[in-house]
Amino acid sequence: MALEESHVRRAAHLARLAVSDDQANGFVDDLSRILDMVDQLQSLDTEGVAPLAHPLDATQRLRADEVTETNQRDAFQRCAPAVENGLYLVPRVVE
Amino acid sequence: MQWETVIGLEVHVQLATRSKIFSGASTAFGAEPNTQACAVDLGLPGVLPVLNEQAVAMAVQFGLAVHAEIPEVSVFDRKNYFYPDLPKGYQTSQMYHPIVGPGEVEITLDDNTTKRIRIHHAHLEEDAGKSLHEDFHGMTGIDLNRAGTPLLEIVSEPDMRNAKEAAAYLKAIHSIVTYLGISDGNMAEGSMRCDVNVSVRPKGQEAFGTRAEIKNVNSFRFVERAIAFEVERQIELIEDGGKVVQETRLFDPERDETRSMRTKEEANDYRYFPCPDLLPVVLDQAYLDHLRSQLPELPADKRARFQTSLGLSAYDAHVLSASREMAEFFEEVHRVCGDAKQAANWVQGELSGALNRDNLTIQNSPVSAHQLGELISRVLDDTINGKAAKQVFQALWNGQGSSADEIIEAKGLKQVTDTGAIESMIDQVIAESPAQVAQYRDSEPEKRGKMIGYFVGQVMKASRGTANPQQVNGLLKEKLDALL
Amino acid sequence: MHDKTVTQLAAALNSGELSSKELTSHFLQRIEKADGTLNSFITVTAEQALTQADAADKARASGDAGTLTGIPLALKDIYCTQGVKTSCGSKMLDNFIAPYDATVVEKLSAAGTISLGKTNMDEFAMGSSNENSYYGSVKNPWDLSAVPGGSSGGSAAAVAAGLVPAAMGTDTGGSIRQPAAFCGITGLKPTYGRVSRYGIIAYASSLDQAGPMARSAEDCAHLLNVIAGHDVRDSTCVARGVPDYTETLNAPLSGLKIGLPKEYFGDGLDPEVEKAVRDAVKVYESLGATVRDVSLPHTHYAIPAYYVIAPAEASSNLSRYDGVRFGHRCKAPEDLIDLYTRSRAEGFGEEVKRRILIGTHTLSEGFFDAYYTKAQKVRRLIRQDFLDAFEDVDVLMGPASPTPAFDLGAKKDPVSMYLQDIYTIAVNLAGIPGISVPAGFSNGRPVGLQILGTHFAEAQLLNVAHQFQQATDWHLKRPAFAEENA
Repeated sequence: MALEESHVRRAAHLARLAVSDDQANGFVDDLSRILDMVDQLQSLDTEGVAPLAHPLDATQRLRADEVTETNQRDAFQRCAPAVENGLYLVPRVVE
Repeated sequence: MQWETVIGLEVHVQLATRSKIFSGASTAFGAEPNTQACAVDLGLPGVLPVLNEQAVAMAVQFGLAVHAEIPEVSVFDRKNYFYPDLPKGYQTSQMYHPIVGPGEVEITLDDNTTKRIRIHHAHLEEDAGKSLHEDFHGMTGIDLNRAGTPLLEIVSEPDMRNAKEAAAYLKAIHSIVTYLGISDGNMAEGSMRCDVNVSVRPKGQEAFGTRAEIKNVNSFRFVERAIAFEVERQIELIEDGGKVVQETRLFDPERDETRSMRTKEEANDYRYFPCPDLLPVVLDQAYLDHLRSQLPELPADKRARFQTSLGLSAYDAHVLSASREMAEFFEEVHRVCGDAKQAANWVQGELSGALNRDNLTIQNSPVSAHQLGELISRVLDDTINGKAAKQVFQALWNGQGSSADEIIEAKGLKQVTDTGAIESMIDQVIAESPAQVAQYRDSEPEKRGKMIGYFVGQVMKASRGTANPQQVNGLLKEKLDALL
Repeated sequence: MHDKTVTQLAAALNSGELSSKELTSHFLQRIEKADGTLNSFITVTAEQALTQADAADKARASGDAGTLTGIPLALKDIYCTQGVKTSCGSKMLDNFIAPYDATVVEKLSAAGTISLGKTNMDEFAMGSSNENSYYGSVKNPWDLSAVPGGSSGGSAAAVAAGLVPAAMGTDTGGSIRQPAAFCGITGLKPTYGRVSRYGIIAYASSLDQAGPMARSAEDCAHLLNVIAGHDVRDSTCVARGVPDYTETLNAPLSGLKIGLPKEYFGDGLDPEVEKAVRDAVKVYESLGATVRDVSLPHTHYAIPAYYVIAPAEASSNLSRYDGVRFGHRCKAPEDLIDLYTRSRAEGFGEEVKRRILIGTHTLSEGFFDAYYTKAQKVRRLIRQDFLDAFEDVDVLMGPASPTPAFDLGAKKDPVSMYLQDIYTIAVNLAGIPGISVPAGFSNGRPVGLQILGTHFAEAQLLNVAHQFQQATDWHLKRPAFAEENA
């Protein structure tokens, strides 16, 4: 499955990565080679094989519905780039 | 051209767990910003989710209540998109294997007929935080207290054909989740939120028209208004030669219209894939049986029982079963007084009137179900008459006593049934009303029945309302007729 | 002191021959002296370490000490450490002071160990040479022109150079075993789910696993005793009893059935690496093991499957770095999209971007089934290969890497770098444990023997590795650098 620049552009947009034109060309080359390598998968017959998401056949454990966390806002916001009145600040969101 | 409307609803119900779906932070409403957003809710580097058992139980209870299939295995997926109120850059949701499979809900229409609305599925997911657009130097503030609150998203089939059905469906869902106690159902606080999918098609056409998804429809009233606007918009558009585009629209309750949300340059691609931090949720039969055995009586069953074993009308049964609080109140009144019809009349009449007047919900009624039941008992055992009962009710409402008996005693409202006492009051009224007596005597016999009302009124007044009206009537008639 | 194993140092602490303070100061001095050359640490927490050492000495004096109380360690900079910078090798987290401790860090602290600091690594654990670090390459103490391997290259180099007796790494596709092999130390990747991932910055969640890197299998056993076990904060961490891994170290190997996967001895394998591995197998035969050839027929598909699954998970795991709540934020963002795209473009390095783009692309509409679903199916086949093999043999052996450490800057093409992990990657896809032990040299650079076992067979792997180390002295070899910088 050939990779085109439009694919890289679209992925960069979805992943919110700014990519310059030069970089885009470089990524097309690198990613194409990676995908060529990945395409070996297509030669394998996997008819009837169930996908495996986790290496162990374990099931989800459930947590008791208890409040175990306390307010740590100050500690958590110490590593935040922009806060005011306890809120994280971002450029204005237009709905 | 005759048009038919096709409506499907996606209802997001906040589950009433104490802690969040994947963390031990509190879900309490109204805390200071970000004081209930723990490391997991903030998506700090390295944190991991662990699923809340109560969220699972509540989702399953809902499924059982709508007679849904509950698959043995359900799986959480990640829905990937960037938004400031979505801390991890993905929402943990269920795309491919939801916890609740197909089910159905019975709705009651205005004419008291019922209709079944199919539920496509319901899935668990985490809520996002909130963006606050007050002016922080032109910035938006993000509060993540709500992030990670468990949501059950209930997706209906496109089975509704008009706005009233959609509203009735939303009410039915509201009533089920509040009966189950899995949500407070508070739409004003966002505990229940609704997206509406609307399309129109020429009557008789089988294929669906192109639908618009209307967001932010967060009250029963808004559902009707948003649909009404949207249907009109779509029909006008098509009749003018235009085409409905598939899009997301926002309902603006202030202007009573829907409007297109700013179209993004391209459609979203959420890249759903199974969340590798969570394992498949496996529910066995014993667990389902256990939850089934704990289900309360649900609205539809209650409604049926109110009609068949209590003999209430379809209308009364529907109104009294609509909310869990209403039904519980009514059943307590009935338990105390023993007369379902009287209980129904009082709850829907005097009580509902007073609640509406004072803008109160039944949970906040100043007259308790027990007090009302006792009051009705006193009418039934002839201790007081109907008129006095209304006085007693008002007194209870105003907090002038703690029980009907206390107020009856204090106000001397006990019904007078002593024939001698009533006769002497009648004699006095007759003696003081010679003109009316003369009029009565001179009337045509068939008109006298009406004229007796005046005398009854006077006697009741003399007794301060406590005389037994039936007795007064009978005795008056005897005495007046004796004067002829 | 720096030549000794954790086991030996613990004995010295226990006998009172040494204090933790002396030990800690000694290693801090070595770091001070040598790490300017090696670049194996991103952050050294000297003051905190000395305070912890004092506390450890007091605990020991009051008879309140465990086996590892007072032992200095280093942590790969992927473990969240409260109050200490946790960068994950990235500019994105250069300013991130973690507000909490990873479960492994909590457990190590509770056991009384001392953290000397945070070791260098490939950015977000994406790499096999440690050249993808925002903090610069790490040098291999055996040859300063060679890479230490990756992504836990800093931990491997620091242990090999005697800057710390042992260190913690993480392994998503070989990131403990390959650098252990390149640096001539012992590195264990436990079974997926054996050790909590809570507080370890995620690269690929269904593959990541924490493990010890040390001078001997015995040391790894001591460390695994501390870090293994259930964690209520990690849904994927298994609730299963933890044996004392040191107890079975000396079990005899007679009758041990060793399988040699023929796919692990194919094209591209350095002849000297092959010779070292085959010689090691002979040692096992002399210890009473039997050897047979086995096949893992889908080995060839492990790298392609991995480069779908790992980048897919990574693309999602790394979405949280958006410049809003922590981490790098670009200057004066014009609007929301600018905040996102510029913060992320500035904060992430090239390899991370490549993997985010690959993962985003393969998960996107129209490609998901062909890539992601397909890779998950192949993943099942790869796991089945191992499960089938373990029906017939107890352990599998082969090289940890097809070559010894390569030169810094030698692999410019990402795909050729990826192919380095041919022998380690399938293990993560299958979730089984693996250990790399020193087994000789090729061109003066260490060679690692990789031993693989079935799920939760850590005790057996450690036993098998320890017996080899009782019979050989490869693990005792030290690079000249370690002495020159004493």
